Amino acid sequence: MAMISAENRGLRLATRYAVLVLIAIIFVFPLVFMLMSSLKPDQQLLEDSGNLRAFLPVGDISLQNYWDAFKRAPVATFVFNSVLVTGVTVVLSLLLCSAAGFAFVFVNWKGRNTLLALLLATLILPFETIAIPLLMMVAYLPWLGMEGLIWGWLNSYHVQIIPFIADGLTVFLFVQYFKDLPGELIEAARVEGASWFQIYRKIVMPLSGPIFATAAILKFLVMYNQYLWPLMVTQEEGYRPVMVGLQYFFQLNVAWGEVMAYLSLITVPVLAFYLYLQKAFIASIASTGVKG
Amino acid sequence: MASKFTVSNRTGWLMAGPAVLLIAGFVILPFFLAFYFSFTNQRLVSPNATEFVGMSNYRQLLGVTTLTLDPVRDDSGAVVMKDGEPEYPSLRTITRNNPDRPDLAGMREWFSFSLGGDSKTFVLARDVVFMKAVVNTFIFVLIVAPVQAGLALGLALLINQRLKGINVFRAIYFMPVVVSIVVVSLLWRLIYDGQSGLLNNLLGAISFGLIPPIDWLGNPSTALGSIIAMSIWQAVGFHMVIWLSGLQTISPTLYEAAAIEGASKWQVFRYITWPGLRNTAVLILIVITMQAFGLFAQIDVMTNGGPLDSTQTIVFQAIERGYGKQDISGGSAISVILFIIVLSISLIQRWLTREKT
Repeated sequence: MAMISAENRGLRLATRYAVLVLIAIIFVFPLVFMLMSSLKPDQQLLEDSGNLRAFLPVGDISLQNYWDAFKRAPVATFVFNSVLVTGVTVVLSLLLCSAAGFAFVFVNWKGRNTLLALLLATLILPFETIAIPLLMMVAYLPWLGMEGLIWGWLNSYHVQIIPFIADGLTVFLFVQYFKDLPGELIEAARVEGASWFQIYRKIVMPLSGPIFATAAILKFLVMYNQYLWPLMVTQEEGYRPVMVGLQYFFQLNVAWGEVMAYLSLITVPVLAFYLYLQKAFIASIASTGVKG
Repeated sequence: MASKFTVSNRTGWLMAGPAVLLIAGFVILPFFLAFYFSFTNQRLVSPNATEFVGMSNYRQLLGVTTLTLDPVRDDSGAVVMKDGEPEYPSLRTITRNNPDRPDLAGMREWFSFSLGGDSKTFVLARDVVFMKAVVNTFIFVLIVAPVQAGLALGLALLINQRLKGINVFRAIYFMPVVVSIVVVSLLWRLIYDGQSGLLNNLLGAISFGLIPPIDWLGNPSTALGSIIAMSIWQAVGFHMVIWLSGLQTISPTLYEAAAIEGASKWQVFRYITWPGLRNTAVLILIVITMQAFGLFAQIDVMTNGGPLDSTQTIVFQAIERGYGKQDISGGSAISVILFIIVLSISLIQRWLTREKT
């Protein structure tokens, strides 16, 4: 009797794992295919896609596709642009949105409830519905640069950064998190005569590591993966980020080996970063849903 | 915290001001500009002054009418047949330079149907491509929202078991979410390839060659479906995680009580899990719907709206006009229409899923 039930349990456990593995294969195979294909010459890449060799690093393996990709397009420029735009936006976003969240939760000031409601209302505006008028707007905004006053923001770094620094969701995430911090602590610090900046810097920030990580990860994913906006506002390749740089690879005769090399090059660092900080990534996505 | 020590208008504005100003300038202002531009003939670059044109952009996009025609008859009064079908007068002779129906000028056939009898009803649209884009977008949303939400819930329940190494599987299922949809689209173009694509090879192998190769993205009847499948593959992990966080808010004592009462798995799901996920379900449906209406990158990378306009979408049309043709007013009008659709649908969803008291 005991034997049978043990065997049964083993069988059920095995079935469970089999289902989990099968589903895992569905999610992983295109990415493995991408990586393996990036190492193969075009001819072999297409032949291999007829069998399981497509998922194995076998045959004529080399980094040739990567060199060719660098020759076809200014890949280093694209990567530099993406890192710069993403990095600056994430840092400024954390500063401004956390400061705003702090003001909305801890400071009593006129207009805070109205403004908070207004910011929350922007959450139902998909970016796609404002992209076109925003394009018109930035095409004529003034900018004070090294060369003096210029009209129009197109083809620059700031056109890719400034519109995305502050957003309703990031402010909202900080507000939600700060609400759960002990408010009496902040009040007590005020009574003791601490300045607002000291409270923000010395009390709130050290308690808020997780929410800063969450906001940074979400902003990073959005910014690094931007496509529509930089496609419209950067015609000069000197300012284009990696996702728009993809266009150099799929428009004319497609050399699949080079395409896969470029895709791997811009994806693997993000995947590695994700696998390293996997728990934080998943927690940050989950937090967008908890109280929404 | 109504203490006088926390009152400070200056600090409030100083700290919230920068973020508030940026959101006002780059989110709220463009939103109102979309309405304004949609009533003008604004172009990105134009030597002429911008004029106010009233509703004309909307009439151009949404103009639809029907026209019922009798078949062509010969001298004896019999219906003229062509290829076994009754022949109808050419639509062009009616819509072009027709003094009797100036309102039909510039309209083209969208589709036609017959309600019995010989006469046939033609539905004409002023902008057939936009109409197709609206229909395709709705098909996309109506399939993606329930299927993606359902699959994500299934995955979340699967991942919510207590098993060794379950976190590894959770990490794998979530992996495509961190990969850009642009990268995913280009990668899947090769998987869907008509000749040497992985998918065709796989189908051929498991059916022993019975299933012939299909040009998934080149065939009007499979292109949109292929994009739907890929989009779900990429995003389902995102909503799995949100379901999971919902599942974890359900108190374990409820499950213990159910186990003592001897409830079946289905009963546990029906009476404990599902009611506990109510708010999560509403959120997920609204989020997926909003994301799905924004369908653009997949189209831009994979099909450019083709073949035969079978993958045109609302946002693709908005960008093609506003950016491609530099017609800011036309693109803005489409944006406003999209916003009204998204807003109405999320209001309807909220109303349908409201707490019944």
